[in-house]
Amino acid sequence: MLQYTIRRLFSLIPVMCIVSIIVFMIIHLTPGNPAHLILGEDASEESIKQLEEQLGLDQPIVMQYVNWVKDIVTGDFGQSVYSSEPVLDIILGRLGPTFSITIVSIIMILVISIPIAIAAVWKRNTLIDPLFISISLLGVSIPEFWFAMLLVLGFAVSIPLFPVAGYIPMADGIFQWLYHLILPSFVLAAVEIGLVARMLRDGMLESVNQDYIRTARAKGVKESIVLMKHVFSNALIPTTTVIGAMVAGLLGGTVIIETMFTIPGMGQLLVDSIYRRDYPIIQGVILFIAVVYVIVNLLVDLLYTFLDPRIRYD
Amino acid sequence: MLEVKNLKAYIDTPAGIVKAVDDVSFSLKAGETIGIVGESGSGKSVLALSLMQLNPSPPTFYPQGEILLEGKNLLHLKEKELRNLRGNDIAMIFQDPMSSLNPIFKIGTQLMEAIRTHQNINRAEAKKKAIVLLKDVGISDPERRMNDYPHQLSGGMRQRVMIAIALAGKPKILIADEPTTALDVTIQAQILDLMKDIQKKYGTAIIIITHDLGVVAQLADKIVVMYSGRIVEEGKTEDIFYHTAMPYTWSLLRSMPRIDTSSRERLIPIQGQPPNLVSPPEGCNFNPRCPFATADCLKIDPSLTERGVGHYAACILSEKIFEEGKLQLENFETKGVPL
Repeated sequence: MLQYTIRRLFSLIPVMCIVSIIVFMIIHLTPGNPAHLILGEDASEESIKQLEEQLGLDQPIVMQYVNWVKDIVTGDFGQSVYSSEPVLDIILGRLGPTFSITIVSIIMILVISIPIAIAAVWKRNTLIDPLFISISLLGVSIPEFWFAMLLVLGFAVSIPLFPVAGYIPMADGIFQWLYHLILPSFVLAAVEIGLVARMLRDGMLESVNQDYIRTARAKGVKESIVLMKHVFSNALIPTTTVIGAMVAGLLGGTVIIETMFTIPGMGQLLVDSIYRRDYPIIQGVILFIAVVYVIVNLLVDLLYTFLDPRIRYD
Repeated sequence: MLEVKNLKAYIDTPAGIVKAVDDVSFSLKAGETIGIVGESGSGKSVLALSLMQLNPSPPTFYPQGEILLEGKNLLHLKEKELRNLRGNDIAMIFQDPMSSLNPIFKIGTQLMEAIRTHQNINRAEAKKKAIVLLKDVGISDPERRMNDYPHQLSGGMRQRVMIAIALAGKPKILIADEPTTALDVTIQAQILDLMKDIQKKYGTAIIIITHDLGVVAQLADKIVVMYSGRIVEEGKTEDIFYHTAMPYTWSLLRSMPRIDTSSRERLIPIQGQPPNLVSPPEGCNFNPRCPFATADCLKIDPSLTERGVGHYAACILSEKIFEEGKLQLENFETKGVPL
């Protein structure tokens, strides 16, 4: 197991190399001189040259990449062109809100989709199941920005249950923190709830007719326990894969949600930085999301060994 | 103790209603072993699952009959009352031990679940009982085996674990649905021996369902032969083997490999296919495949008639015609004497 973990960690190196090359190329793939683009059309030759030097744009491209990677490995992600602050500090300062939304919505996804899936399988011969399929399909198809506006209109403006926008750090009160997160997290969760519940339901329906489920019933075990213990835990294995991939979707989704709810997280930072053509920050944020994604997927692979004892990596 | 009276178990399929169990009656005394024999699709597994009320329903339904366990009709019990019976009064082991244990739980967990479902005891006590059960079914080093997952055990070991799970509630009746089919021959013998030992030790009545007459010959006091959802012959094991009164039973016996068959001789299969249970043939269900069928067999649907003490068969042929037919057929096959 440890050996496998180490091997997997090593296999991340080529992945990260490719990701870093793509991220690095962002600045060079945009047409025109980056320094010129950043400073705008009225910039003087002198200031453009100065920025080129600051960004290392006057060097050969391979050297630029090598230097860039070298800096990143030592924790230096460069400086924001806009505020001259170190990129790493800016990103770290924006982590809290983004992680908060992501974690609250993951909890919402699990808390809502698991009971729904179990109920759909429990009542599989009734109308609940086709109803569930239609609603989950609807959930998957709803555009986030539209759903967000609908919720704000409904539950923040017409019926002022929740705040329209904004973010309160956890340090300022855990209740206020959660209260401000409910709407944005739910919007983010809505799409995935349908997907996860659907995966779970399909997995459970596949498992429910297996021989070992008949054995459990033959023991006289209650149907509810049969479903929740025997059927559910076998369905969890394929679902975990989806949940792993979902985390990346959530991080991407925060870009829209944070902008709509004016939450000062990484998504908003990314959007602002794109407007300002603040390339070092764009690169930093994308690199960061890629790293999180890769690590989450590694964790999912390791989680399999706990969910399914037949899987052994040694 | 167990009495099945005129039981019908039908399955509603898109192709029509399958009469999987059609008017079946038999009884089982405490401590007795009964063998239910038939080829695939004869309804024996549906019958077994009916006794546990474990047929998926829908599509299975029971239009007629009674399953009386100590006077209680299982067909009228509520789900909760049935749960109290399952694993407690009636337990079951299944054909494929590879797929009958939940792959993601330790065998100890699955065994303890069976114990604690019906007995109100704590984990430590259940664990002790589980270890005793594993020892009883011949698993060595049971303390350590408790922590194994099913995939770490061989097929024979898993079937032993299944038997231990079935014995957890000290059942009065143990239903074994093809318990040895998925195992190799040496392991088959071990499992059958184990079942005999268990019966002696626990006094359990056993219903063994199989297509292998060799298995029931070793175990059963009484044999019920099923064909297309019906009982076609029923009697003491000796009667079935030595006073066979129904051509289907006779064909089954003939299709068995024997120790004195030379390796060059070919096995004798039963010609044709089991009948379609949605629309069975006119007359006797076995007539399309019966080597002795007469014109009457196409018209008359025979019912069970007494052929000796406790020996019943469903066939309209007289004993004399049947015996002559057998002789003729054997002469034709071995010596080439024309029919």
